[in-house]
Amino acid sequence: MHVDWSALGKVAAVSLGVTVAVVVVFTFGVLGLSRAEADGSGSAPAGRAQAALCFLACAAVVAYGIYLIVPQFH
Amino acid sequence: MDHITFLVAVVIVTALAFDFTNGFHDTANAMATSIATGALKPRTAVLVSGILNIVGAFLSTEVAKTISGGIVDDTRVSPAMIFAGLVGAILWNLVTWLAGLPSSSSHALFGGLIGAVWVGAGSHGVHFDKVAEKVLIPAVASPVVAGVAALVATYLAYKLSARARQDSVTKGFRLGQIASASLVSLAHGTNDAQKTMGVITLTLISAGALGHDAGPPVWVIGAAGVAIGLGTYLGGWRIIRTMGKGLAEIQSPQGFAAETASTTVILTSAHLGFALSTTQVASGSILGAGLGRRLAEVRWGVAGRMVLAWLITLPSAALVGGLAASVVKHGGNAGTAVIALVALALAAVIVAASRRNPVRADNVNDHHEVNLRNPAPTNVGTAA
Repeated sequence: MHVDWSALGKVAAVSLGVTVAVVVVFTFGVLGLSRAEADGSGSAPAGRAQAALCFLACAAVVAYGIYLIVPQFH
Repeated sequence: MDHITFLVAVVIVTALAFDFTNGFHDTANAMATSIATGALKPRTAVLVSGILNIVGAFLSTEVAKTISGGIVDDTRVSPAMIFAGLVGAILWNLVTWLAGLPSSSSHALFGGLIGAVWVGAGSHGVHFDKVAEKVLIPAVASPVVAGVAALVATYLAYKLSARARQDSVTKGFRLGQIASASLVSLAHGTNDAQKTMGVITLTLISAGALGHDAGPPVWVIGAAGVAIGLGTYLGGWRIIRTMGKGLAEIQSPQGFAAETASTTVILTSAHLGFALSTTQVASGSILGAGLGRRLAEVRWGVAGRMVLAWLITLPSAALVGGLAASVVKHGGNAGTAVIALVALALAAVIVAASRRNPVRADNVNDHHEVNLRNPAPTNVGTAA
């Protein structure tokens, strides 16, 4: 039986890294949103900018995911 | 079309039936947590998932070139064995659905084929080393990887968002869930509909209706896509309940982390050539997400039953597939017809049994348990 440990390790490392990165960035986006929605804090525009930037980064990852799914793009 | 014999026609119909059970068995993988957290209404979720499955089926052109990815010797496989294997896979999918257990449709298909080929062509028709490499290793590794990723991501998401406005947090992650769940559905359509297309195409080639190295005809792509899409839209509500409510109480940040982990693991391994079970990945993610939130309840009893179902899926489907293969082998067309009728009857019995305590779109989130019998009514006024 041949087990490709290096490929397995790569899947594990990439999956862990990407998942944590996406969720953390998305959480920062949500935090920005929550600041933007908080009343009278004065930091609403900054919060909105933070949210927009983070969600844009996540959207880019999603776009790359779709690129990986659709073989016509390769 | 004179190449299409009775047997080939039966194989095609059976393959589409399997595709259909594959669809409703796996709706939960993409949508269970979105439904449980209220990110999507149950009906909307299955509609989105069904459509994306059909889209996925049409998107991918890389049709499976082997029936099984090399775990059985394809040159020894006859349409009769494929039929028997599919019957084994379908029946096992229905039994686990009745019990509300998320088991792997791919393992059921592999198991059915292994059993049928073993009986039909002898044990040398089965490549056991490939079974270990392609089925066992990913089956152990992928849920663990997905679970750890979801656990870490969930922990960080809660830690970082602890002091934020909780209604903004819930709303934000719900929106994120819609995107991540949709991506799981799309990946599912490109993978699982392909399997059925591959089976049908290879059957047609072996019957001489298509040339060697032919791609699937448009009607095969369309039929396979629609079968899995309809199955998905029907919604395996029993399994959705187990995955969304049964394994752990899931909130929207956990749902988002779980779905992100599933998507990443599925896409990375597909990219690096690992065949894995979407179901097992998604279940691993949900357990990880359950553990990642402190004090979150993980129902280990449910998880244990689920893992037991994973362990016996391949052998059970192999047993049914082998049994069906021995009847088909000795009975010819008459044997095929008998097996088809028996399978239909068993399927009808299972569906009838599910009616005794149905799980539907409108009650999927009410409990966390899937029982065969109606639990004793606890609240007055909900008779029938």
